[in-house]
Amino acid sequence: MRLTVDPIACTAHGLCADLLPELVTLDDWGYPIVSTGPVPDQLRPAARRAAALCPALALRLRRRDRPTI
Amino acid sequence: MSPALWYLSRASGLVSLVLFTAVMVMGVLGATRFARPTWPRLATALTHRDLALTSVVFLAVHIGSAVIDSYVPLTWLDVVVPFGSDYQPLWVGVGAVAFDLLVALVVTSLLRTRLPARVWRGVHWLAYACWPVALLHGVAMAETGWFVGVEIGCLLAVAAAAAYRMTPRTVPQ
Amino acid sequence: MITLPPHRLDLSGHLRSHGPLGGLDIGAVAESGLRGRGGGGYPTASKFVAVRGKRRTVIANGCESDPLSAKDHALLTRAPHLVLDGIKAAAQVVGASSAVLCLHEGSAAASSVAAAMAERRDRVRLVEVPASFVSGEESALVHYLGKGDARPTGKSPRPAERGMLVENVDTLAQLALIARHGPAAYREFRTELVTVLGAVRRPGVVEVPATAGLADILAAAGGGSRPLRALLIGGHGGTWVAPDADPPRRGLSSVYALPATESGLAVTADMLAWLATQSARQCGPCEFGLPSVAADFAALARGDRDARGRLARRLPMLTARGACALPDGAARLAASALEVFREEAA
Repeated sequence: MRLTVDPIACTAHGLCADLLPELVTLDDWGYPIVSTGPVPDQLRPAARRAAALCPALALRLRRRDRPTI
Repeated sequence: MSPALWYLSRASGLVSLVLFTAVMVMGVLGATRFARPTWPRLATALTHRDLALTSVVFLAVHIGSAVIDSYVPLTWLDVVVPFGSDYQPLWVGVGAVAFDLLVALVVTSLLRTRLPARVWRGVHWLAYACWPVALLHGVAMAETGWFVGVEIGCLLAVAAAAAYRMTPRTVPQ
Repeated sequence: MITLPPHRLDLSGHLRSHGPLGGLDIGAVAESGLRGRGGGGYPTASKFVAVRGKRRTVIANGCESDPLSAKDHALLTRAPHLVLDGIKAAAQVVGASSAVLCLHEGSAAASSVAAAMAERRDRVRLVEVPASFVSGEESALVHYLGKGDARPTGKSPRPAERGMLVENVDTLAQLALIARHGPAAYREFRTELVTVLGAVRRPGVVEVPATAGLADILAAAGGGSRPLRALLIGGHGGTWVAPDADPPRRGLSSVYALPATESGLAVTADMLAWLATQSARQCGPCEFGLPSVAADFAALARGDRDARGRLARRLPMLTARGACALPDGAARLAASALEVFREEAA
């Protein structure tokens, strides 16, 4: 599983960085920088929670690897 | 049947209305990115979600007890199909409308990570229709004055939150 | 293998010069080694193979958004039939049933293209898209054609996977030559169009053998008109190099020569500020990142030492963060400027 952020949908609420600091940091402008590798097993529940709570639904947890752009 | 069910229905209805009001306020504050050192954004988001689920439980008690209670003739169908009940068809019907809108809100929110963002967002705006309809149902069917007092308080809380949302302010970057 | 004639060729002139268009297949495209001439440099055959879907469309991209590029405009005004041939050949290879040629609104090439279309029977639709830097980006073009919104969407699946083959007009002109001469001859005699602007004696579009180095390209434009400080390769989203550098040739399509009298940092700061104005303001790192990086760069050009540290932190925050490559290009431009104009900043 991989965590992706839709840069157009994201509105910098920043909840993901609070919920999942291991994989998400915020840039100088408050937007999330998401680690690109697969989500480690022990972080999956937290990742799922972060995706579910994203107010803009911009953070998504994807099962299969898909080229981002 | 005992009047207990009737009182239970009234009480749980009022509690769920108060909780839904808090959910509305939290939702509006979340949309405005309200945050204070002692109240992080995450708290708003979690409260919004958890209160929503809690209020659904109280709503289930409200509806279940009202239907099961034999004091007034209400059927399960009246819960979802508005304006067909034998008892106060208009105001029970208004409650049914609010219930139907709420079902759409709850179902799409439970499935939100699997829905296109546009669909979830579009449906979620229905909250602004659902909550006033529920309030109207509560006011119209209130039997005692202090129920109405609580409902006026709910109205003021959401109005204040909505006014806050519509106030232009610069988002700190 | 001349692509760009000195004067505009109408259909009869075009046929006299190039002869009739031959057939083309995917094998020939692959063998030709052709890569996209729009700046990305993606292998054309791979893109053709990726085309999926029942209804397929060839979208010829003549938007040429970068002010430092003029080769597509030269091609469309002087050899429009070569581009139209290329559209026809590409449509044949991928089995497309329709074709669109996109230009920026108000493009001076529109009349040349329309006149050329009137001489032929191919049905190509001419579409003018809003003239902005990002409207020529692949997903933005498709977005505009489908929904009238000329902003990038960046979402997978890529346009090719939805039946839409977006190709730069120069790439299509090259295809027309491959169809005529075959991939082997094309590989041997291939030329490329390069826009050379700035401090050179004959600024404009030059045609050089594909094997030409940067020095040959400069020479084709008459050489530097003054001592040069640096060369910018690839326009506003490109890379600064030293004037005597010999970078890999792949995809090179524009060169800007900066005279030694100008400050590389100041010029880059202006370019970054311009890029910031071109953001579609959809993605935060671009909307907010580009202005702040442009401001950092302007500060650096004024001698603010702290700006270097801020840029070192912020530039990596622009890469792969947007729906299109605008922020990536800005980061590339800025990072190369920090490297090439090191001494200016010291």
